Amino acid sequence: MTTRKILLGHGGGGRLSRDLIAQEILPRFGEGPLAGLPDGALLEFGGQKLVFSTDSFVVHPLEFPGGNIGELAVHGTVNDIAVSGGKPLWLSLAAVLEEGLDLALYRRVLDSVKAAARECGVQVVTGDTKVVARGQCDGVYLNTAGIGVSIEGFELSQGAVRAGDQVLVSGTLGEHGMAVMAAREGIAIAGGVVSDTAGVQRLVQAAAPFAAGVRFMRDPTRGGAAAVLGEIVEDTSIGILLDEQAIPFSPGARAIAEMLGLDLLHVASEGRMILISAPECSAKILAAWKALPEGENAGVIGRVSEDAGRVILTTAIGGRRLVDIPRGELLPRIC
Amino acid sequence: MKYIEGFRDADAARFLHDKLAATGEELAREGRTVRVMEVCGSHTMAIARFGVRGMLPDTVSLLSGPGCPVCVTDAAYIDAAIELAEREIIIATFGDMMRVPGSRETLAQLRAAGAEVEVCYSPEGALVLARNNPEREVVFLGIGFETTTAPVVSLVHTAQAQGVRNLSVLTAFKLVPPALDALIADVEVQIDAFLCPAHVSAIIGSEAYRPIVEQHSIPCAVAGFEPLDILYGVQVLAEMLAQDKPALVNHYARVVRPEGNLAAKTLIDAYLEPVDAGWRGLGELPRSGLGLRERWSAYDAAKRFSVSTRGGSFDPRCRCGDVLKGKIIPPQCPIFGKVCTPDNPVGACMVSSEGSCAAYYRYSRTD
Repeated sequence: MTTRKILLGHGGGGRLSRDLIAQEILPRFGEGPLAGLPDGALLEFGGQKLVFSTDSFVVHPLEFPGGNIGELAVHGTVNDIAVSGGKPLWLSLAAVLEEGLDLALYRRVLDSVKAAARECGVQVVTGDTKVVARGQCDGVYLNTAGIGVSIEGFELSQGAVRAGDQVLVSGTLGEHGMAVMAAREGIAIAGGVVSDTAGVQRLVQAAAPFAAGVRFMRDPTRGGAAAVLGEIVEDTSIGILLDEQAIPFSPGARAIAEMLGLDLLHVASEGRMILISAPECSAKILAAWKALPEGENAGVIGRVSEDAGRVILTTAIGGRRLVDIPRGELLPRIC
Repeated sequence: MKYIEGFRDADAARFLHDKLAATGEELAREGRTVRVMEVCGSHTMAIARFGVRGMLPDTVSLLSGPGCPVCVTDAAYIDAAIELAEREIIIATFGDMMRVPGSRETLAQLRAAGAEVEVCYSPEGALVLARNNPEREVVFLGIGFETTTAPVVSLVHTAQAQGVRNLSVLTAFKLVPPALDALIADVEVQIDAFLCPAHVSAIIGSEAYRPIVEQHSIPCAVAGFEPLDILYGVQVLAEMLAQDKPALVNHYARVVRPEGNLAAKTLIDAYLEPVDAGWRGLGELPRSGLGLRERWSAYDAAKRFSVSTRGGSFDPRCRCGDVLKGKIIPPQCPIFGKVCTPDNPVGACMVSSEGSCAAYYRYSRTD
């Protein structure tokens, strides 16, 4: 069943999104720095190596436990630059506002942008504001673009990943997606679940001394860890073997995922990163991460295998299953 | 989450595996099989998600039955929902109905074309939509087995009590026991034992399967959705086969009572009555569904808007029916994983994450 219209699933970060980009974007713009679709473009200018990235934010609800669209907009672009091996410096901020938006809410959003930018060490240096008629957008849409300088020593590429490498994650996975879904649907659980939205730039800095052993970094946003890992191994001669018991999840996120029948490996984080390192560096990077508050739950969750093209999970009970790239929209199951 | 960890213990799983392997071998020496059908879609999902199938000895096989409500939904039903949406009626639905193929298109495609199709996490969401849009008609897609029937009936009950008049339900409720009867009656289907649903049984009670054991001498075990629940259920069924003592056992007593949920059953009976129902793959089965009683026809979307949920067509290469009956496993279907994928589902078994084909595709694809 082919489609002639854009489906919501085309924005889900899964296979549908990738197909759309492969069919519509790459043929038009795929030459040069966009090739390979890195999180940020690596650009050489005047002897400097720069990293440039952009992201748009359309979250509903605008405010959720642990954050709002403002800090999300900062973290999203900061993290794309950071995992591209860059130190983020400057941001642009563009807002599309809906007629009738509560000004007090917009102030809270902007205050969050300011606080998050300060925390991440970036400056908002240019911007734009548009207002559209009621019903033409959902309160606030934000776009940020960012520029950073490349950190010396990182030589990152999916192609550098090889069998025997270690897969590290900087913290518990899927909290952002579950916090937003729970807020959207009014699901309240004991203990709650709070978005993990945060900058990962300090984690990247902490890994910089071992840059020669870092093969690849990415933040598992839409599509979750499954999409990140699936993309690394797809159409290659390597695979990834994950150990379910080693993957950090928070009890709250697990409870909501169990209830909605979702796989947390498919759920977005907004303040976590996945790093693939040479085996001799993983313990050092892990120790450096664990010394930071944002890395306290970091762990080695698996290793790169020779099982071509497949991400396999060893389940806690001792079974094995394939971890597939999610398709599109995350749809809760009927029962 | 200590509660859940206890049902996912690797040592206990190994112990059950070894016992099961011994029993399976004993039966194999007598030339007998251990073909267990897990009836419920949530079992299928759990089996795939925890990798249970790969933990079974070669002598034991699990067949996925017709227990995913989305999978057994007829194309004609989707066509009817689409027809309603095209008449500017707001459609409220559980999420995984969005991608079920009708004869021509899916609700997701219809939504992209401008129709109002809203995903609800619970039937109550439809009530909110009806209240917020008093000048519009809202139709909830009431599909599912006994588990989901109860909350949807409670939606009608609340709407009726609160005088909400712009809400109705397009019903395609299904009953589990008549489907099991149909499977047993099909001579091509070889099933040695049933792993009976967990949540459906919480409503209908474990005693609902008594006739199957007594009339057909097929062992039945009600089991929960955790991997150890499933392994234990299968192990007990194999043991009953080895001892030639078919019985009904309830291993999900922490949730399921013999008589079921009487409050839910009373409510269902007040609003619904048995009707003949069309099942994708199984065809029309007498008294295998539930429809609104005449008295409540104001809440019956099919009557209210004169749409038919019968007829419809779909890709003839799709072998959903044989998958649902346990005659083939998904990879044996000629279009599985090639033409029919979760991105482009042909049959409904590929649509829902509970569907046999989707579960196979996501978790155990080996090609």
